[in-house]
Amino acid sequence: MIRLLACLLLCATPALAAERTVTLKPGPGVELMEQNCSGCHSLDYVRMNAPFLTLDGWKAEVAKMRGGYGAPVDDEDAARIVAYLAASYGPAK
Amino acid sequence: MHRRRLLLGTGAALGAFSRQGWAEGAAVHPGLAAGTREEAVFDSLPGKQKLIKLSYRPPNYEAPLDYLRSAITPNDRFFVRYHLSQIPDMAALQDWSLSLGGDAADRQVKLSMADLAKLPQTEVTAVCQCSGNRRGLSNPHVAGVQWGVGAMGNAVWRGPRLRDVLALAGIGAKAVEVQFHGSDHGPIETTPQFAKSLPVDRALDETTIIATSMNNAPLPLWNGYPARLIVPGWTATYWMKHLSLLAISATPLANFWMKTAYRVPTGMFQGSAFPTQDNETNRPITDIVVNALVTSHADGDTVAAGPVTIAGQAWDNGSGIARVDISTDGGATWAAGTLGEGTGRFGFQPWQAVITAKAGGVAPRVRATARSGAVQPAKPLFNGAGYHNNAIQTLSLNVA
Repeated sequence: MIRLLACLLLCATPALAAERTVTLKPGPGVELMEQNCSGCHSLDYVRMNAPFLTLDGWKAEVAKMRGGYGAPVDDEDAARIVAYLAASYGPAK
Repeated sequence: MHRRRLLLGTGAALGAFSRQGWAEGAAVHPGLAAGTREEAVFDSLPGKQKLIKLSYRPPNYEAPLDYLRSAITPNDRFFVRYHLSQIPDMAALQDWSLSLGGDAADRQVKLSMADLAKLPQTEVTAVCQCSGNRRGLSNPHVAGVQWGVGAMGNAVWRGPRLRDVLALAGIGAKAVEVQFHGSDHGPIETTPQFAKSLPVDRALDETTIIATSMNNAPLPLWNGYPARLIVPGWTATYWMKHLSLLAISATPLANFWMKTAYRVPTGMFQGSAFPTQDNETNRPITDIVVNALVTSHADGDTVAAGPVTIAGQAWDNGSGIARVDISTDGGATWAAGTLGEGTGRFGFQPWQAVITAKAGGVAPRVRATARSGAVQPAKPLFNGAGYHNNAIQTLSLNVA
């Protein structure tokens, strides 16, 4: 948190106003998704990959965020986030 | 929760901030997934001309096709790629320094910009290309930033050679890699620094430099101010921005960015070995593969019947471009294009060719051949991360 506060003062801030236009579909788990994910990245990452990621694809992405990027998301929340993504976004949605 | 709503907003703000989607522009690539195209909108970062936004935070912005028409890409039109969102601003970077050391270094050294300026300066013109350039065109589509063709640029980079900098710390006999990271980082403590490494021989190569100048100006913030590692011929994952640490290391770097990400199947592509990181299944992406891009026209453009000049750039890993051939009969026959004034073996090689547009349309194919003998393949070599898409480009042009 100290690091985050320091950076609010010292970091270049990319287009936050424009980012407000990026929203996710409503659905069970959307707030959990926003709380856990949007602290580190804008949600256009989700929409950009939404046309083609399947359940397995979303699982792999959430696993990458936890394993590669150190997202502090526990197993239960990760499963709910994957369920939201797979239900809301993907090739057939 | 309330604060988050304020920060991220909902549909209410859409009207005020709506922008023209790239899909409605002149040059959307049909290979991008529908839906992905809607996220690719024009936007401007401070100090930059309008670029195509793929993600706002961290910022990932590619160059529209027309910015790639000049052999040297202007700084304010150069693409932007970050993994992590916390990017120091220019004021914070005035205190920048470079820490030099590592367990295989003879000594630890801290360098200022003035220290770098005292070393012999060298200049190299080189293409900076994201490993995932054209990922959005992968078939099937694969996860990641859905780049079109503009996650690249060509610039004149100037600064001291990396080997001269490393010599200040002394390279011990046990050194196997040079590891490095920059000043940008994630917003939470649990996110690891974006750190990479190079084999010692590539680090000591005379073309590897620490650029403190880009096209005769300070580097733009978004391209790595004040100092960036330049590894000509290798993809940009090694071109560390805001370079803040160099470690001469006795052991291979074993992090996500070396062991999991930025790897390609072993044997699929030509490229330099990375002995401390290669394995039987996969290996780090290294050399840029030979490629060409038509910049004069976009797929789906309409041209007048008669002779039409098409033009663009070709580039490879530094062997240089031997020839660029054009076919208008589906690849049955090829005619040599004209090579323009080059920008050095690591830089863009401009080319052009005159084709004949007849009623009913014309579909030019463009194929670059490198001096190494490497030639663009007819189809992309599919890999799970969508790297190295250098398939021969085919444009469908309507004829009015």
